[in-house]
Amino acid sequence: MNKPVKRHRLTTRIWHWVNLICVVVLFMSGLTISNAHPYLYWGDWGFAPADAWFAVPRFPYWMTLPNGYYSLAEGRDWHLTLAWPFALVLLFMWVAMLVNRHFRRDIATSRREWRPANIRRDIAEHLKLNFEHGEGKYNFLQKVSYGLVFGVFLPMMVATGIAISPGMEPTFFWLVDLLGGRQSARSLHFIFAFAIAGFFIVHVLLVLLSGPIHQIRDMFTGGRMEGEPA
Amino acid sequence: MKRRSVLAGIGAVLTAGCNKIADSAAGRAVFNASERLHHGAHALLTSRTALAPEFEPSDLSPFFRGNGSTDPQNGDYQAHAANNFADWRLEIRGLVDNPLSLSLNDIRTMPQRTQITRHDCVEGWSAIGQWTGPQLGRILEAAGIRDAAKFVVFRCADNLNGDDYYESVDMIDAYHPQTIVAHSLNGEPLPIRNGAPLRMRIERQLGYKHAKYLTAIEAVASLDDIAGGRGGYWEDRSGYQWYAGL
Repeated sequence: MNKPVKRHRLTTRIWHWVNLICVVVLFMSGLTISNAHPYLYWGDWGFAPADAWFAVPRFPYWMTLPNGYYSLAEGRDWHLTLAWPFALVLLFMWVAMLVNRHFRRDIATSRREWRPANIRRDIAEHLKLNFEHGEGKYNFLQKVSYGLVFGVFLPMMVATGIAISPGMEPTFFWLVDLLGGRQSARSLHFIFAFAIAGFFIVHVLLVLLSGPIHQIRDMFTGGRMEGEPA
Repeated sequence: MKRRSVLAGIGAVLTAGCNKIADSAAGRAVFNASERLHHGAHALLTSRTALAPEFEPSDLSPFFRGNGSTDPQNGDYQAHAANNFADWRLEIRGLVDNPLSLSLNDIRTMPQRTQITRHDCVEGWSAIGQWTGPQLGRILEAAGIRDAAKFVVFRCADNLNGDDYYESVDMIDAYHPQTIVAHSLNGEPLPIRNGAPLRMRIERQLGYKHAKYLTAIEAVASLDDIAGGRGGYWEDRSGYQWYAGL
């Protein structure tokens, strides 16, 4: 007798919740760090508003960590501490989903799925709030967004974070160069942080639209695959 | 509406919880462990003498921003400035066999290192400047530093918010080839804004480690009994981490 197949594997569930805690703390403490010098630059250097490509709005203290007041030192403590579990659990998830084939089977897209007709159909189904379509476990837009988050947004946070650390630079100078200099890496760190925040909002919205109680429960318990007998 | 207020309530409890964690002894211990882990990881990945990138003259930023003290008004600093720092002395003391008192001329006539490096402030900005001065390692050797010395403390002339600025590094950074006592920026004597007449360059760490208005260098076995005991002005005052490599 086969064990009933879970909708979400244990590795996925562990990663999901640890990552959520890390991303929330990193984002909120990141807003404190942004407030310390809310200007973004391209290239190696930049220190004055006149050189900035973007003047970041000052984030109110209800959004930041520490919460309710400004402390760059404390914000950095949170940020640099949670960076460890964030990066390690991402590495763990990548290894797990390559080994258990979650990535190949459920997230990687086929050439066929990229055909304009299929993409149009996928968008149309989303607009009708029908999320159970497409081949495999996830629909096309879901695969693309999970792929972007796993393959680009989250790893870029780690890479740009390493690149803005002066103590890492003697070893990772090539990474700083690749990213276009330290201030470019800092700008990219900010851009990808907000890309993740954007994903987070859409993700939560779609969970709310697709049966939130059942969705959240399954992410704790693992749930059952669609069509499996009870 | 109800669901939204429940979510807001959960959010408020969690963030208030975070502030409590940060204030607790256990939270502080975790933050300090994380600092040591970062420091250890950097040491593991990077050799003791690996250099911070050096740039070309064409990469220099058009201006070198000053931060923290930019024109000290305390003590006799202004009198020294009016005198073009002719009588400035740099003392080398603490756990050394031959304490030294160096004039600016002594420092300018030692073997020099010139480096174009990027300065990264803890706030997030960067500037690129060309610095010239003797390596700290040579000065420590000349003073006969003892094996018991585990840290080097930099004493500064500027008093900020009622406390004298100071900083410290371990012996690895003290002996790093790019750790120099700089007297020049971009080929000119240091401007007051950037720490005239002498400042430290600790190129693999953030700006607050690069002590300005340098009056003395002290070799010590422990940082515990110095000022607030955390190894630097900002470390004592605001709780910045002593290791500033990230």
